[in-house]
Amino acid sequence: MQNALQIVYLIPLLPLIGFLINGLGRKYLPKPVIGVVGSGVILASFILSVWVFMQVKGMPVPYIASYFNFISVGDLKIPFAFQVDQLSSLFLLIITGVGFLIHVYSTSYMHEEKAEHFGRYFSYLNLFIFFMLLLVMGANYVIMFIGWEGVGLCSYLLIGYWFKKTEYNKAANKAFIMNRIGDLAFLIAIFWIISRVGNVNFSDVFAVANGEVEFRKFSATDITVITLLLFIGATGKSAQIPLYTWLPDAMAGPTPVSALIHAATMVTAGIYMIARSNVLYSMSHITMDIVAYTGLATALLAATIALKQNDIKKVLAYSTVSQLGFMFLALGTGAYVAAVFHVMTHAFFKALLFLGSGSVIHAMSGEQDIRNMGGLSKKLKITFWTFVIGCIAIAGIPPFSGFFSKDAILLSAFVKSPLLYGVALFTALLTAFYMFRLLFITFTGTFRGTHEQAHHLHESPAGMTLPLIILAILSIIGGFVGVPEVFMHGGDRLGQFLAPVIKPNEMHHVSHSTEYLLMGLSTALVLVMIAAAWFKFRNYQRKEETGFGKVLENKWYVDELYDKIIVQPLHQLGGFFKSVFEVSVIDTLVNGVGKAVNYGSRQLRLLQSGQVGSYVLLMVLSMIVIFAVQFFIRK
Amino acid sequence: MEKKNNMPINNYILLSIALFCIGIVGVLTRRNAIIIFMCIELMLNAVNLLLVAFSKMHARAALLAGDVNGTAGTDGQLFVFFIMVVAAAEVSVGLAIIVMMYRNIHSVDVNFLNRLKH
Repeated sequence: MQNALQIVYLIPLLPLIGFLINGLGRKYLPKPVIGVVGSGVILASFILSVWVFMQVKGMPVPYIASYFNFISVGDLKIPFAFQVDQLSSLFLLIITGVGFLIHVYSTSYMHEEKAEHFGRYFSYLNLFIFFMLLLVMGANYVIMFIGWEGVGLCSYLLIGYWFKKTEYNKAANKAFIMNRIGDLAFLIAIFWIISRVGNVNFSDVFAVANGEVEFRKFSATDITVITLLLFIGATGKSAQIPLYTWLPDAMAGPTPVSALIHAATMVTAGIYMIARSNVLYSMSHITMDIVAYTGLATALLAATIALKQNDIKKVLAYSTVSQLGFMFLALGTGAYVAAVFHVMTHAFFKALLFLGSGSVIHAMSGEQDIRNMGGLSKKLKITFWTFVIGCIAIAGIPPFSGFFSKDAILLSAFVKSPLLYGVALFTALLTAFYMFRLLFITFTGTFRGTHEQAHHLHESPAGMTLPLIILAILSIIGGFVGVPEVFMHGGDRLGQFLAPVIKPNEMHHVSHSTEYLLMGLSTALVLVMIAAAWFKFRNYQRKEETGFGKVLENKWYVDELYDKIIVQPLHQLGGFFKSVFEVSVIDTLVNGVGKAVNYGSRQLRLLQSGQVGSYVLLMVLSMIVIFAVQFFIRK
Repeated sequence: MEKKNNMPINNYILLSIALFCIGIVGVLTRRNAIIIFMCIELMLNAVNLLLVAFSKMHARAALLAGDVNGTAGTDGQLFVFFIMVVAAAEVSVGLAIIVMMYRNIHSVDVNFLNRLKH
């Protein structure tokens, strides 16, 4: 059994091989082969991940596999090494497991694409998984950064997958640029760490942070700056204020890609990175507060926006932003386990919801506007019921998975301050409301689309419904790995599992009665919200939004604001440089050099007189100059 | 005998400088190719004189220091022979050029030789 860890490099290697096969063979391979290769490598990785997962259970120290020197400059040595411990193995399971289901789903969803594009699509998906695996398996910040950049690249490729539409390309650019801003902060943080620690291995950095190394030490400022920079990196990747606007636009990609970005990969990278660096974060209260409040603000903002969106995928996108906000709230309140827990349950139900929406879009022949849907529950039974399960899970009704993880987050917020708890609870209620609004508008009432669409309505093939069913089951039972202590002693198995990586939180425990009260309160209020949504939206009729609703529908005009204060000034600056600076300064300079050379050579030409005497004179004068120079300079 | 050998080196240097400067001035001011040629020879010989003088000086210094069989200063005289050989070769080539020049333009004035310009 020991050898599971020795072949751990196969986990990322297999998707890379899949990427190469599909990418290079996209013009020659038939679609079924591409589908089987693409999904098969992920399945193999998943099986290996399960094996690794069973190995690392209870392992007190992380297993580090070092392969070769990646960078070696002076004293700085950065090995290409993988670190396998409880945290990374859990993420491996999520990424490969959910990723595999999404691959299977994609084989059906994308079957109308040409074989060449089909191959391109699957090669990107495999590459995406590869980079994400690299990100979570890296044993130092640099390897993590390679994966970090890689997922950014793949998200760009996949969001712009239908590259013939300009809008989609713009969305892809937006995602890439937004991510780059965060990546820069991450990079600076790495440099900072190198300057203080001398290398970037997690173990060394945390040892220095814990004061276990004699000569090297972090000052309080170092910790604050590093954690803040890392957090800025995380806001880019995990879509927090102020860099969140790319995520809703990322809906331009095919729906399974949205599921992949939102559930299994990419956006969880920021959470993973902070959970991985929990030693550093726990040492800086300022950063923790900033993380918590940013997360909460993002959660609230995104939830309000989601209330009024009419694109089925946009609602889900803003709900992802909102849920990520919850995770950051958990991180900021020190509840790292709760954040990781929520990543896991969120991966299940968000993948489920996205794939469900994909199934709806598929049935509606590409229609995404929920105002044109309605009454779909009769035709799409499996999709409907799995979607219901997803909504219940995200709303947080016991015993579905979302309840346990969200409850853990709310509890940690309550311990930190009742204000945080109040806002977080309010956001959770909004979540329930907008998710059930989406559910009721889409699936109940009467059909509002065209006759043609009504005629075409059909349940999706088994390749799509099967992943839905599996994810629905996971959404129901996924929460039982982290049952709160009040219900069952030793119920928090996830916390115990992660204990070697994330030190158990020594937060003040609230009394059992308070905890029951909080749970009862949130559950009751969520049920009220669902009922409200039912009465408001079961027979939805299209109407224009007015007043505040219009502000929300337009996403608080944040995109317009960014356009005004960042994009436009940059455009104007560019215009100024193009029309004024270039013409008057650059051109003058360049042309001036040319003119000077021209004039100078015209004058020098006169020296060539043809008179032997003048040549000799020049020669003699030059020799005198050389002698003089030698004579005076040498001395 | 002793006194004769004791002529200060400065005299040689001054004579060489004088010869060399006469040569330069001649090259710069005269237009007759043959005169220019002679002036070049003058400069070469000024250098030769200097080389020989220094060579002698070093040899004498070595002798006084007790080095009876030494070869100090002989390389200077070697250079003189080289220069003489080169000068002889130069004379043959240079005079040939001047002869050809005279045949072509019936003059040995270098200022007529400005067609290289074009």
